[in-house]
Amino acid sequence: MSAIRFENVSKQFANVGHTAVADATFAVAEGSFVVLLGPSGCGKTTLLKMVNRLIEPTSGVIYLDGQDSRAVDATTLRRQIGYVIQQIGLFPHMTVAENVAIVPDLLKWSKEDIAARVDEMLALVDLPPAQYRDRYPAQLSGGQQQRVGVARALAGDPKVILMDEPFGAVDAITRIGLQDALLQLQRRLHKTILFVTHDVEEALRLADKMVVMKDGRVHQYDTPFNILKNPANDFVRELVGADDMVRQLGLIRVEAAMQPLPPDFTHNGQPTIPQDSSLRQALSLLLGDGVTTLVVTDGAEPVGVLTLRQIQRYRE
Amino acid sequence: MLDLLHATWLYAQSHAAEFWGALADHLLLVAVSLSISMVISIPIGIWSSRGQRTVVIDAFSTFRVVPSIAVLFLAIPFFGLSRTSAIIALTLLAFPPILINTDAAYRTISPAIREAAVGMGMTAGQIWRRVETPLALPVMLAGIRTATVELVASATLAAFIGVGGLGLYVVRGFALYDISILLVGAIPVALLALFIDLTLSGVQRHIQVSV
Ligand SMILES: Nc1ncnc2c1ncn2[C@@H]1O[C@H](COP(=O)(O)OP(=O)(O)OP(=O)(O)O)[C@@H](O)[C@H]1O
Ligand SMILES: [Mg+2]
Repeated sequence: MSAIRFENVSKQFANVGHTAVADATFAVAEGSFVVLLGPSGCGKTTLLKMVNRLIEPTSGVIYLDGQDSRAVDATTLRRQIGYVIQQIGLFPHMTVAENVAIVPDLLKWSKEDIAARVDEMLALVDLPPAQYRDRYPAQLSGGQQQRVGVARALAGDPKVILMDEPFGAVDAITRIGLQDALLQLQRRLHKTILFVTHDVEEALRLADKMVVMKDGRVHQYDTPFNILKNPANDFVRELVGADDMVRQLGLIRVEAAMQPLPPDFTHNGQPTIPQDSSLRQALSLLLGDGVTTLVVTDGAEPVGVLTLRQIQRYRE
Repeated sequence: MLDLLHATWLYAQSHAAEFWGALADHLLLVAVSLSISMVISIPIGIWSSRGQRTVVIDAFSTFRVVPSIAVLFLAIPFFGLSRTSAIIALTLLAFPPILINTDAAYRTISPAIREAAVGMGMTAGQIWRRVETPLALPVMLAGIRTATVELVASATLAAFIGVGGLGLYVVRGFALYDISILLVGAIPVALLALFIDLTLSGVQRHIQVSV
């Protein structure tokens, strides 16, 4: 069953000429990472906020775990859905621990459970609890505040997490670090994540599937690879930079293009690359080291070889 | 100068019982009118903060320029030369700073903080108690502090309609052309205002969170 299913969902704000979201229909599989991508004003935030009913659709239905989201009352629903906003919105008068404890507290967990959960969440986002628990948000860097925001959204153990440009306000390096941390978290926890961004690189990097939007309409819903390979129209093609081959290579894993080890294989000093790296990384290693063959590894074990020719062939 | 202060000191000592009584009256006037004013203007301020910038606030800002002595004389036809008249005048005097600061305190809470609170499933009551009010408190307190200092000074006027307070000595000193008597009222009023100002600004700093 889909974790979230949008069925002909539209939103028309009063006194606004155009429709903010028009007839969105798509399903988000449980445990998948879905990114909403599109230019400013295309309706990403509106679509996201209809999931936790901060905005009510004008028409259409959103099903959560198969159930009409209007079946339970809004506050109960929201306590079951993690929510991270761009401006973070940490409560400045509460410590990091108190901020993270909000939802567990609303869910009336016991004091001991909450304390344990707070420490667990802080450790999860790489903020040693002993050091950060009692700080106030103002005593943290922007990136650290974002981590607390994520920890706070995870604390009530929601199955679904909504994130609205959560890394929009941090510098590029911190941003990459936060993306990595989020991907690792996702692999470990298998949450269903709906993530808004207008940064194409970020979307391609994080998404299992992407929803490409413009003017309130969903133009394409597919995996990053399929969208790059077969963009639905010129708008999508241009937005994702589908003609950029290096970008496509960034999405294909080495193991998909490699050849098995030849029987007479001996490893005499060729550079190695882990099998879950991208072809883009392989390409830069090939060009950088000026070699013709890479040895693909699983851990320390050689499992295949990759040549420039195979990369070329895979593109076609 | 020193002679003057010495004379003031001697006068206060010779009227010790009366002085303590006047001080108590003074503080009572301030406390009663401050309490009434808070009970009325804080809820109005919270209510008005939820709307657009309102007529209420603009009206009270304008109201600020009406001197309290004028309010006092307006109350007299209705309540006579009574403590009630004095309390009404003082209560009205304390309205604008408390109301305006309360409105501003709640109004300026960042929308992102409210949205996060709603998005996590807090009820309106929980948001008000656990998020908005703690964040609004320092700015509200600043208004209360201004109001209290104004009240301590203005409560002196009560003596002009014969209902006591430290203004007693101001009136008497004035009538007898004796500055030393006037100072028996004026100096404690000044010190009291200063003391309250410092204490409340200390409290305010203590609860202030850096945002
Ligand atoms: N509360 C509202 N009232 C009226 N119109 C709104 C409201 N919220 C959004 N809109 C309009 O709906 C459209 C979609 O807005 P939305 O915030 O969903 O865009 P977005 O894709 O999130 O943009 P951004 O990337 O800039 O955040 C815009 O035209 C916006 O002006
Ligand atoms: Mg948005």
